[in-house]
Amino acid sequence: MNNLLVMPLLIPALTAVILIFLKDRIGLQRIISAVSGFINIAVAALIVYQVHTEGIQTLYMGGWMPPYGIVFVADMFAALLVLTTSIVGAACLFFSFASIGEERERFYYYVFFHFLLTGVSGSFLTGDLFNLFVCFEVLLVASYSMIVLGGTRVQLRETLKYILVNVLSSSLFVAAIAYLYAATGTLNMAHLAMRVAEAGQGGVMNVIAVLLLLVFSLKAGLLLFFWLPDSYSAPPLAVRALFGALLTKVGLYAITRTFTLIFIHDTGLTHSLMGWMAGATMILGAVGALAYSDLSRIFNYNIIISVGFLAFGISVLTQDSLNGVVFYLMHDMIAKALLFFLGGMILAASGTEQLKQMGGLIRRYPWTGWMFFILTLALVGVPPLSGFAGKVMMVRSGFGEAHVALALIALASSFVVLYSLIKVFQEVFWGGERSEDEIHPLRYKAMMAPAAVLFILVILMGVGAETVNGFVMQAGAVLADPAQYINAVMSMKE
Amino acid sequence: MELLIALAIGVLFTVGVYLVLSKSLLRILLGTTLITHGVHLLLLTMAGLKTGASPLLGENADAYVDPLPQALILTSIVISFGVSAFFIVLAYRAYRSAGMDDVEGSRGERE
Repeated sequence: MNNLLVMPLLIPALTAVILIFLKDRIGLQRIISAVSGFINIAVAALIVYQVHTEGIQTLYMGGWMPPYGIVFVADMFAALLVLTTSIVGAACLFFSFASIGEERERFYYYVFFHFLLTGVSGSFLTGDLFNLFVCFEVLLVASYSMIVLGGTRVQLRETLKYILVNVLSSSLFVAAIAYLYAATGTLNMAHLAMRVAEAGQGGVMNVIAVLLLLVFSLKAGLLLFFWLPDSYSAPPLAVRALFGALLTKVGLYAITRTFTLIFIHDTGLTHSLMGWMAGATMILGAVGALAYSDLSRIFNYNIIISVGFLAFGISVLTQDSLNGVVFYLMHDMIAKALLFFLGGMILAASGTEQLKQMGGLIRRYPWTGWMFFILTLALVGVPPLSGFAGKVMMVRSGFGEAHVALALIALASSFVVLYSLIKVFQEVFWGGERSEDEIHPLRYKAMMAPAAVLFILVILMGVGAETVNGFVMQAGAVLADPAQYINAVMSMKE
Repeated sequence: MELLIALAIGVLFTVGVYLVLSKSLLRILLGTTLITHGVHLLLLTMAGLKTGASPLLGENADAYVDPLPQALILTSIVISFGVSAFFIVLAYRAYRSAGMDDVEGSRGERE
């Protein structure tokens, strides 16, 4: 029992409730948000430390022992993701201060922001499939509001589409939960893993597994990503950064959890299906990233490529590839947020999304330019930076496990990432200046600060890969050996 | 009884999917609510319909109904209620301010 586990939900939820009452006091809203962001990071770091020293932490709500009660579980994977979420969340918060504008702040922007963080952390920590659904809904409702806040025509249209997709996928999620409950009589994930192992993963279980894969793929943008590029272009950039960094990753977390813990007995069906979905996602994402010449679409298709890449890592299902997934997931959350921050500065400086109309920004904003360049290298996976270690582990075990075709697609997708982002770099920062707009220097500094913090993290994660790897190995070990997770939850220690 | 409810679920899903595939926003909205109703009914049926008394200590029943699915349905209904309300308001707002009442008409250039 460790009551600390509920804090990553409780802190943002309480903050959001307090902020509802401070509608017009924007200064106070910002201070409270920032303080809550820092407390959140501290708590998440403490949880990571506890899991590192004492093993998997559990919290049985109301003292109800599993499989009856609601249980929160923090293994290293969940704890690391909660920590990354709180860091990225705080950075997005500071970026919002600089860029979101007073209108939105007055209309409960920070309230939705904190409810979104509640949902994301809750999804990572819950040990119960139905609670996963509830936490999904918490973050989705907040994300609906954040996309539509501002109410332009594009936003209304994209929100309607986004809601429709998510309502349908949530309905399928509940249907899958109903079938699973009928087949196994439990929804606690550790207990489910035991029951599925006992009963064997036969016909019915496979249907449920594929249905769950479908649901999570819709949320993560794995193969079924048709809604993503447009919906993620509608809101302002601070929101896009938050979505690109966190929302698809929650779907990926759910896939990882379900298909490393519960449905691991028929990998020939589920995991090879996932592998080919991942391959198709990488190829289609690459086509999109090459086809468009506006900033937000290129960035959004880059999100899709990395979703495919991570799903490939999950489908290989070896200790090494799962380590890679954990490492790359953390890297990707930070790097994608940074990518959108830099994109936000580019947009503010040039006033357009079309690459053709930009150019020459390197003279006025050398720091932004070179950060973008180095970030591109990190996203591609050039050695001393954060993307390298995870990528190497996944591709290496892909070749080792005879997933050669998929591993080759994964490598090729890296080149597409390199090409598409270097194209952006060239068009935006080189050549003659074509735009007369200026960012206000003070706001530039305010936008630069959170970006710089994430940039330093990207470099530190790469240079200090040995240290990070200590934690990552611990996370991968639990993923590769579900018995550890099951024992920690089911052994009923007070 | 199970058969009857299974048929009802099928009908709800069919009608729901048919409505979601139509053009009008209002029909799509009704379609999603019907599908969620179907899902809730499915959750209730999959756990087994009434097999005994209520699950109370004092009843001393040898067979009792599993209460968990009902708790799940309750939660799910609350969530779908909230999301539907949001969806309706959004559709109304889209209709009022942007004149979108059918999905085809909302197509157009990105701004």
